[in-house]
Amino acid sequence: MYRYDDFDRQLVHERTEQFREQVKRRLAGDITEEQFRPLRLMNGVYLQLHAYMLRVAVPYGTLRADQLRQLGMIARVYDKGYGHFTTRQNIQYNWPKLDEIPDALLDLAKVEMHAIQTSGNCIRNTTTDQYAGAAADEIEDPRPYCELIRQWSTFHPEFTYLPRKFKIAVTGSPNDRAAVKVHDIGLRMHQNDAGETGFEVMVGGGLGRTPFVGKTIRDFIGKNDLFSYLEAILRVYNRFGRRDNKYKARIKILVHEEGIDKIRELVEEEWAQIKDGSLRVDDAEIAHYIEQFAPPAFEALFDDDADFERHKSENRRFANWVRSNVIEHKQSGYAIANVSLKPIGGIPGDATDTQMELVADLSEKYSFGDVRVTHEQNLVLPHVKKADLFAVWSELDKANLGTANLGYVTDIISCPGLDYCALATARSIPLSQRISERFGDLDRQHDIGELKIKISGCINACGHHHVGHIGILGLDKRGKEFYQITLGGDASQDASIGKIAGAGFSEAEVVDAIESLVTKYIDIRESGERFIDTYRRVGMDPFKEVLYGDR
Amino acid sequence: MAIVKNDSVIEQEWITVDAEGDLPASDENLIVPLARFKEERDSLLGRNGGLGVQLNPGDAPEDLADDLDRLSIITVNFPAYTDGRGYSYGRVLRERMGFTGELRAVGDVLRDQILYMHRCGFDAYDLKVEGEVALNKVRAALKEMSVYYQPTGDGRVTAQSLRERRRAALQ
Repeated sequence: MYRYDDFDRQLVHERTEQFREQVKRRLAGDITEEQFRPLRLMNGVYLQLHAYMLRVAVPYGTLRADQLRQLGMIARVYDKGYGHFTTRQNIQYNWPKLDEIPDALLDLAKVEMHAIQTSGNCIRNTTTDQYAGAAADEIEDPRPYCELIRQWSTFHPEFTYLPRKFKIAVTGSPNDRAAVKVHDIGLRMHQNDAGETGFEVMVGGGLGRTPFVGKTIRDFIGKNDLFSYLEAILRVYNRFGRRDNKYKARIKILVHEEGIDKIRELVEEEWAQIKDGSLRVDDAEIAHYIEQFAPPAFEALFDDDADFERHKSENRRFANWVRSNVIEHKQSGYAIANVSLKPIGGIPGDATDTQMELVADLSEKYSFGDVRVTHEQNLVLPHVKKADLFAVWSELDKANLGTANLGYVTDIISCPGLDYCALATARSIPLSQRISERFGDLDRQHDIGELKIKISGCINACGHHHVGHIGILGLDKRGKEFYQITLGGDASQDASIGKIAGAGFSEAEVVDAIESLVTKYIDIRESGERFIDTYRRVGMDPFKEVLYGDR
Repeated sequence: MAIVKNDSVIEQEWITVDAEGDLPASDENLIVPLARFKEERDSLLGRNGGLGVQLNPGDAPEDLADDLDRLSIITVNFPAYTDGRGYSYGRVLRERMGFTGELRAVGDVLRDQILYMHRCGFDAYDLKVEGEVALNKVRAALKEMSVYYQPTGDGRVTAQSLRERRRAALQ
């Protein structure tokens, strides 16, 4: 894993001190809340419904054990004993006190963490595949490039006051687990005809009130040229992106209004002028970063482990967890273990201080001190020996972290909604809890199979409802919450934006509505079909009928 | 109201006129918006005083390609600090077009943006506070950070090149 050197540490240290001074100025009344606002936002401090909220960056979703342990400590000391992992692979603290935030940031800096790039109209924290460096289907570990992007985009002097925020996601696998097609820039690693590995570059994807799937601006950009190409896109966006209307300021609108061909022409013209400049990264430098993400010291193991098989046959709950939460590793004898933060009836993405510390301990003992945060709001122990899986699960299970529901109907993405968020129009957490309880039975969940429900409490779509197989959008109608259902969304390599099924449902009706959709799917599915496959085969009508009948 | 350049407060020696305003006497130093410069280029270039151009958001610095050596100053207007187009104009003017005259940020120029402006090629800042206060703000802003990841045309050494030097020294 990448370790900060003295330059990285110095930068975070200076930033921490800078913000401490700014908070001092605010608390002393030297600056107004209005003047303080942009300064705190550049440091991940939002003002929510009830309190300030601190959003901490987890660059490309990778944490070391000591970092996760520190996140637990911060939850205990500066918050109410928990934190919330988000769809941006970040963590949010909901109850910090403003005068204590500089100390929290100092404690973060001690483990090479910060709140940079978690807010503001800058290039945000880069996200990637949570299984990077472990996945069997990976072409190459994307994290060295993510780290280079992190550095290039941190306090970029030209791109700190963009028309709007800007998100870059990278996948090193053809099976996209990072939702790259719904980001401002999506990068997909692949090989060209000459056998070189590089990136397909997609632009203009995004969710929010105007969702789009990203369009390919370049089929292939070599690794050495990636950064000048990104700079060319950002410069075109900074110069020509709309600034007259906040809701039309993302690059997706520029791409939509001008057309991808016109944007490509502008970007290529810009790139031609900078591609041989100082942003060209040579092979030696790339090799240096690849080295920093070298695989851990795996043991040479047979892929089968007798004890592991025995535990599976003796313990049905363990076998169930392996079935849903354990994923094939590229290294023989190892596996990827997913830690569900979606206990039945729980709050999606929340983890307590002691849960974070436990996962940190387990990662140290069983996963080379490596932990990942997923955009689906779970944690991952990426490198666990199959022989150790039973021990890992037993510990997780005792801490209510062993729920066997990865990818199932209760593995719900949910934004914080009206319980916390100043922008929300409806609550999303209580609804996700009720759906989770309704479908809590594990055998039933397994029978339903992969089904991604994603809930947003407002049109800004932090809960990714547009790309949920079933998406739920909470709105406000004359002071009452109601919920609009979309079907057929997908965040994967086959990305698609869900379609609105029809009129919204009241809070009392919506769980029944979801259940009727699931029942219909079970009735009409063909062998091996997931919900999304069935929807794509039969279309909206059969589902609309169970929702609305003759209505 | 003070202009800070090269670590000192400088006099305002330029008269800025808008699209329609009357031009001052021919020997006065004059700054006109880009649109007016394009319309009245020949007569403006024929004046005796110094000539500068103001870029507003949406303008193309490339339009000045043929006349850069005739301009002593280019001002870039930031009508609101949140409008960051001027940063790109600065880099294009300095790094691509080779402009060597004064590049002055005007408008909503605040302390917390000055370092970024400097990194993008600006060397003068028109601040809405008085002399000494303005100077102190610029000084503080320019020394707040000492680590830079991005190569720009400002001459600062990036973390990457310092790392390379260190690796080379160790070999």
